[in-house]
Amino acid sequence: MSAIAELSLKDRIFEILSQVPDPEIPCISVVDLGIVRDVRGQTLVITPTYTGCPATIAIEHDIRAALTRAGLSHIKIETTLSPPWTTDWISDEGRAKLRDYGIAPPKKGAAKHSLRETPTECPRCGSLHTEEISRFGSTPCKALHRCLDCREPFDRFKCH
Amino acid sequence: MAEENILLHHALRLGDDALILGQRLSEWCGHAPMLEVDLALANIGLDLLGQATHFLNLAGEIDGKDRNADALAFHRDVLDFRNCLLVEQPNGDFAQTIARQFLFSNWQELLMREIAAAPEPRLSAIGAKAVKEIAYHAKFASEWVVRLGDGTEESRTRMIAGLDWMWRFVDELFDPKDGTPSLRPEWDGRIARTMAEANLEMPKPRRGAVGGRAGHHSEHLGHLLTEMQFLQRAYPGAKW
Repeated sequence: MSAIAELSLKDRIFEILSQVPDPEIPCISVVDLGIVRDVRGQTLVITPTYTGCPATIAIEHDIRAALTRAGLSHIKIETTLSPPWTTDWISDEGRAKLRDYGIAPPKKGAAKHSLRETPTECPRCGSLHTEEISRFGSTPCKALHRCLDCREPFDRFKCH
Repeated sequence: MAEENILLHHALRLGDDALILGQRLSEWCGHAPMLEVDLALANIGLDLLGQATHFLNLAGEIDGKDRNADALAFHRDVLDFRNCLLVEQPNGDFAQTIARQFLFSNWQELLMREIAAAPEPRLSAIGAKAVKEIAYHAKFASEWVVRLGDGTEESRTRMIAGLDWMWRFVDELFDPKDGTPSLRPEWDGRIARTMAEANLEMPKPRRGAVGGRAGHHSEHLGHLLTEMQFLQRAYPGAKW
């Protein structure tokens, strides 16, 4: 297959999957989230966020269904662990969508220092006057915070 | 031992440690002292079950007997499990659970950092993924050791008792034959720093209990398995 044809298949698959929402955080697509890594030949490469995230199975199922709907049922799906997923792979568009949805997005480039506390911006009022309530939230990727100015609780996407 | 055999043993031990502790933590679901702690323990358990799935799938692949992680988790009996004795110990009260997590996660983080740098690509890929999650577990448990140890008289008494119960299972982690003796100095340093911050004294040395790596388990593991494996024993091959 020529390089141009392969490029267009990859573009096409990324375009299709940019319409597939994350099952837990439906405001953001699986492409925005950085789960969709590559297309090699006729194989789509995806990676899980957290090893135990229950959404992983649902995501693969949703991706399979979207490919089938687009007439690409012959594409294989391969899951790879390496290199491990990081929040640095969330697109800028994805970060903006998370903020609009009420989830404080992770800072870009902050994944290396994921345990260092940095002030988190309230997605509602923009205040940095916030505090962590719990490092573990409703899904493996989120922590619970609260804004000390507008008093609203909010989720923060953990740097990872 | 052939290289494949060594790899199989490593994958089984790592997988069984994570599986059994993940199952133990799931017992807290709906019972923790407060909602945030309930979420945290369930999340940590979920991470461990995810790691267990990867390690046991790898073990099954190397073993070549057509067994995946589910088959290894649900169709083995107690003598075939290779987890350390620490992870199968009962939850006890919240302080005893935290003591177990504190001792284990600090060790598991150091171990997984080494595994992430190991030459075997399948093993190192899981290690690199897991180490990021475990760093959170170690921090969570260490913070609670400080909170309880340096808290009220009641919480302090319970934290001391919890650490005292778990301490005899530490030596197995660093056993010269079946453990990771090279990690001991760094682990000792981490534990001592948190204990000092919690205003706690190191537990008195105890004669270490060993045997989990050879399948000689405490009575507790059998009870855990009867619950975990019930469905597959009663309805073999049942699927969702």
